Amino acid sequence: MPFGIAVFAIAISFGVLARPVMGPVAPIVMSIVVFSGAAQFGALAVLHAGGGTAAAIAAALLLNARYLAMGVALAPSLHGRALSRAAFAMTTVDASWAAASTGGGRFDPWFMVGASIPQYAGWVLGTITGVLIGGTLGNPNDYGLNALFPAFFIALLFEEVHDRRRAAAALGGAAIALLLTPLVPAGLPILAATAAAVVIARVRA
Amino acid sequence: MTGIWITIAALALGTAALKLLGPLLLGGRALPDGVMGVVGLLASALLAALVIVETFGQGRSLTLDDRALGALFATAALSRKAPLTVVVVGAAAVAALAHAILP
Repeated sequence: MPFGIAVFAIAISFGVLARPVMGPVAPIVMSIVVFSGAAQFGALAVLHAGGGTAAAIAAALLLNARYLAMGVALAPSLHGRALSRAAFAMTTVDASWAAASTGGGRFDPWFMVGASIPQYAGWVLGTITGVLIGGTLGNPNDYGLNALFPAFFIALLFEEVHDRRRAAAALGGAAIALLLTPLVPAGLPILAATAAAVVIARVRA
Repeated sequence: MTGIWITIAALALGTAALKLLGPLLLGGRALPDGVMGVVGLLASALLAALVIVETFGQGRSLTLDDRALGALFATAALSRKAPLTVVVVGAAAVAALAHAILP
């Protein structure tokens, strides 16, 4: 439940921010079918900054590449038919995946499902609420809504960076973005940050 | 508007594929270390780039405005382990205040 409430609050800000960029219906559909804060805020940030569709998709999917690693870790804990394994795997979201870890590389799939359902409800209901609120607001800057993007990404960064390699990748990504923002079209500085991950991954620990 | 629907469809399919690849196709086998090394660092690198672009970016230039104060509050609150709702609402409040006071 606590997950669901935090997710609800974040989803409201997604709905409010997405409304002027995407209209009233698309943000809600996006939350129903994508259900990923990092990817949705990432794609929205690129579109909001004036980047193209391809850049928005690429940035969001690179942000979600972590699901590949999470799925690989989860695989040995899933049993039964392919359809049932797929159903469990689809409920993977960061907080539930982490909470479902029982140590020694094992996961409790039912625990993950139980943690994900309130988050899904919070995410979709929060988006609807945000879109409705967003429709009644005037200039978003009067309410400091322009600070919601950085605040949300900083929060995700705090969750993600828990060792020196990730800190180095983050510093590299930030430097690339600072350097490239004045030089190339919107969206590309974010994609170019991929280079930092590739370089740091090659540096021996 | 078509671009937005294409984005939504691509993200729905792409995210599902990323979630399913490990459990369905790899069946518990690990990916090469080189791939996993990059995958583990991608989110950190891209999130940091997003922080920079969303805090200082203004089209193709960098600027310092009320967003930076909101971001500063968010960073301070997170390093004191404040709950996410406090971080986000506080950052917006600080930026709104700055927007109202600063020229």
